[in-house]
Amino acid sequence: MTARIGVVTFPGSLDDRDTQRAIRLAGAEPVALWHKDKDLKQVDAVVLCGGFSYGDYLRAGAIARFSPVMEPLIEQAKAGLPVLGICNGFQILTEAHLLPGTMLRNNHLHFICRDQKLRVENAETAWTSDYTAGQEIHIPLKNIDGQYVADQRTLDTLESEGRVAFRYLDVNPNGSNNDIAGVANEAGNVVGLMPHPEHAVEPLVGTGRTDGLPFFTSILKKLVNA
Amino acid sequence: MARVVVDVMLKPEILDPQGQAVQRALPRLGFDGISDVRQGKRFELEVDGPVDEAALARIHDLAESFLANTVIEDFTVRVEEVAEAVK
Amino acid sequence: MSRTPLDTVEHAAATPDVELPWAELGLKKDEYERVVEILGRRPTGAELAMYSVMWSEHCSYKSSKVHLRQFGEKAPENDALLVGIGENAGVVDVGQGYAVTFKVESHNHPSYVEPYQGAATGVGGIVRDIIAMGARPVAVVDPLRFGAADHPDTKRVLPGVVAGIGGYGNCLGLPNIGGEVVFDSCYQGNPLVNAGCIGVMRHEDIHLAKASGAGNKVILYGARTGGDGIGGASILASETFDDAKPSKRPAVQVGDPFQEKLLIECTLEAFREKLVVGIQDLGAAGLSCATSELASNGSGGMRVTLDDVPLRDSTLSPEEILMSESQERMCAVVEPGKVDRFLEICEKWDVIATVIGEVTDGDRLEIYWHGGKIVDVDPRTVAHEGPVYERPYARPSWQDALQADDANKLPRPQTSEELRDQVLKLVGSPNQASKSWITSQYDHFVQGNTVLAQPEDSGMIRIDEETGLGVALATDGNGRYAKLDPYAGAQLALAEAYRNVATTGAKPLAVSDCLNFGSPEDPAVMWQFAEAVRGLADACQQLGTPVTGGNVSLYNQTGEAAIHPTPVVAVLGVIDDVARRTPVAFQEEGQLLYLLGDTHEEFGGSAWSQVIHDHLGGLPPKVDLERERLLAEILIAASRDGMIDSAHDLSDGGLIQAVVESALLGGKGARLIVPDGLDAFTFLFSESAGRAVVAVPRSEEVRFNDMCGARGLPATRIGVVDGDSVDVQGEFTLSLSKLRELHEGTIPALLA
Repeated sequence: MTARIGVVTFPGSLDDRDTQRAIRLAGAEPVALWHKDKDLKQVDAVVLCGGFSYGDYLRAGAIARFSPVMEPLIEQAKAGLPVLGICNGFQILTEAHLLPGTMLRNNHLHFICRDQKLRVENAETAWTSDYTAGQEIHIPLKNIDGQYVADQRTLDTLESEGRVAFRYLDVNPNGSNNDIAGVANEAGNVVGLMPHPEHAVEPLVGTGRTDGLPFFTSILKKLVNA
Repeated sequence: MARVVVDVMLKPEILDPQGQAVQRALPRLGFDGISDVRQGKRFELEVDGPVDEAALARIHDLAESFLANTVIEDFTVRVEEVAEAVK
Repeated sequence: MSRTPLDTVEHAAATPDVELPWAELGLKKDEYERVVEILGRRPTGAELAMYSVMWSEHCSYKSSKVHLRQFGEKAPENDALLVGIGENAGVVDVGQGYAVTFKVESHNHPSYVEPYQGAATGVGGIVRDIIAMGARPVAVVDPLRFGAADHPDTKRVLPGVVAGIGGYGNCLGLPNIGGEVVFDSCYQGNPLVNAGCIGVMRHEDIHLAKASGAGNKVILYGARTGGDGIGGASILASETFDDAKPSKRPAVQVGDPFQEKLLIECTLEAFREKLVVGIQDLGAAGLSCATSELASNGSGGMRVTLDDVPLRDSTLSPEEILMSESQERMCAVVEPGKVDRFLEICEKWDVIATVIGEVTDGDRLEIYWHGGKIVDVDPRTVAHEGPVYERPYARPSWQDALQADDANKLPRPQTSEELRDQVLKLVGSPNQASKSWITSQYDHFVQGNTVLAQPEDSGMIRIDEETGLGVALATDGNGRYAKLDPYAGAQLALAEAYRNVATTGAKPLAVSDCLNFGSPEDPAVMWQFAEAVRGLADACQQLGTPVTGGNVSLYNQTGEAAIHPTPVVAVLGVIDDVARRTPVAFQEEGQLLYLLGDTHEEFGGSAWSQVIHDHLGGLPPKVDLERERLLAEILIAASRDGMIDSAHDLSDGGLIQAVVESALLGGKGARLIVPDGLDAFTFLFSESAGRAVVAVPRSEEVRFNDMCGARGLPATRIGVVDGDSVDVQGEFTLSLSKLRELHEGTIPALLA
């Protein structure tokens, strides 16, 4: 038996097919979800992928957050459904208040596409258990609204509860508070990050690294062993 | 001290994809009866000293050459009364 | 509100003496007289709008047509060509049932006026051309030319153009995999913003711009129509209306990449369900172009009701609707039984779609407004039978003097130190410096199939996950060479792009071009154009790579000063398995460096002559296309059989530039030895064509040498991959960190 992992396509989603490919390469079954779906087709987990949903007009993720599919998603995420938000998906999760903080325009104001070094800070979430805490990995980063900010109290909470999942290493590419690249919710089932693990799953394409694959094997193992 | 507000809007004839996306999302959220949305920028300039005609003219120049891209945007300049900050 | 009677066909026939503003719309007197002759009466305002815009230089290629014919006449036999010149883009068979379409277009002038939106809408236009062929766009490239890097206006234009390309392309989910950035003061008032796109489809999915089958519906879908880009038509509008003056018309068009993304997805879904008989994107000349081209390429006529066109601005006149160039619109021809499903798909993607007409039995294009017939023309006369000019051309009087001003006679470095200083100057000069500050603003990774992206010699995309089939695309063009000799310059552009594709291991298949020149009314410019086209057509014939389509951009000049003639050439290649691709970066220490090809004292138009002496004169490097072909064959074979681990073509900046780039990208240095028979200066800086540097694993040296020897390609061992510096024996040593600082620091220092 394998796990069925949903990938939501919003108008303007870009990395939906790439995310489905990454899920397949990890050995799980990708299930396409549409933003107008009113249920989640009984998937075991959901990925909100990267892109510019609704053109990122108004604010990144602000319009997508009100899509029909988000209603069951928010409800089930609160009940423990594993959800991963990548880039635009992370932005949607913060707009939906499933994760704290928000993303501002990069401090240098440019779109940036680079192979980014990260440190895995929390290897106990649903999506990071195949990493080890402290592991250094390279994952492509590509965005214009990637500066993670939160108020001091939220940052303190995140830090003290070990909910900073990933931190930028060597270069802080966008001015994010505390070099934060990704965070988890309290239960560890909802994780969001700006870099794109689905672009680091094959040696031949992209940066030629496969550092992103453990995201998808982590969740697969968790679901299959559950 | 006085505040000068510069509002920058896309010219009416220029397509505003952002406003359009917001407008289309409104019915879904249950906000009916809004036929058009246009999105712009508001700049608040805190001016040292009196806002006389010369100062306004300077701000007008600044808005024209810098804050607005007059190829696609219009702007307005107005003075806003600010209550003296409580010490 | 009172208004004059609608200028219908009937009204036009009854009022032969009404004066129309044909001159203001850009028509010449004889052109207007031809329209009258074709119609047998004066045109209506709407007809005049259509003819004037379709017969413009931009749409009709009236100045360039007589020369462009050579691309067809001299086209080499090539079984791979599925669709040739004349469609939205050419289509090439790349094997395994796949077809690839690609094209490069210019958006030069709009990008000077409003850099962000000009460049953004340029990307939008080329992407719609590709989807109109039935293909899914898989990558974009952007060949760019700007004024001097340190000119203040470059700081306005370049960041805007780059942000616009990124803002639009990134939002569409298209990886940006190639292109070039060149600075030269000749482009100061005329930056060149060319945009290319590659699309992939199965053979059976090729779609063409034609309207066939009487009763089939014409559907306009995408953005609403606004008063964008209609310039001249407003004159007609103001004559049509007495009092209600139309509101102001936008001088600049704003692109909506989100709308375009939806347009791509909904079009591809309609293709998958085989709902589309014919399709055309709306670009220049908008509906005038789409309706007349669809109708003239099909078997029947077409009837269109303009009242049904969804508008953004309700004050638009019919003439303006016909001429509007609003972005993100497409026009499809759909069988009546499939219209509902087509509209359903559009609705799914939140795309506005409207039936605006249908294909008719006849051979006329008829357009109605408020119940009156305002256009009744033979669509061929609008779309294909525009004027053709035989513009005078003459070799400019200054050409001899320019060529006599020999760059080989410029003072050369006398000491090792001087040589070293010149290397540093060159590597850090804006044209030779790393462009990563620019290219890192583009998404390279989206779609998950990018095998190679800039600064590699060519971009490469995997198109089949199972078999590893891939395509490569390189664009090149050196305006300095073309200025010295346009015939040779165009051939050198082709040779370089061809070589760049082969360097990565792909087999060059076909060509697209974007020909950027000054005013065709200047006989000197026209001569440059004629020579460049002749050179390119001859070279394509010899290399067996047909031109599948392209674009001409004229009038790139400020006052009397034209830009350098700048033919930008794109070469598409195919590789059976992308796992065999060869990157630029040095991979492993100890590997042997070989220089392939012959090095001569050739400095005319070189980067060295520009950077060190601010000089342009003499002759460009000699062209030897047979050598290019041989070099390509060796590079492809060596890549396929695992004989080389890295390769870099030699072009502007010469050997030292190539070695420094490979070293910096791989993080591994090189020790070089000046070969016998060459002086160090020529070895390092010559720009002789037909050359590449490759790194050969020691275990492959014998096999590689044997292959080059047997095929008669000179291969000279020039050193080894080693250490953390670039060392030229007996001359100088430069640390990689010093080189990196210069190479990567220049552009951010100028522009960030």
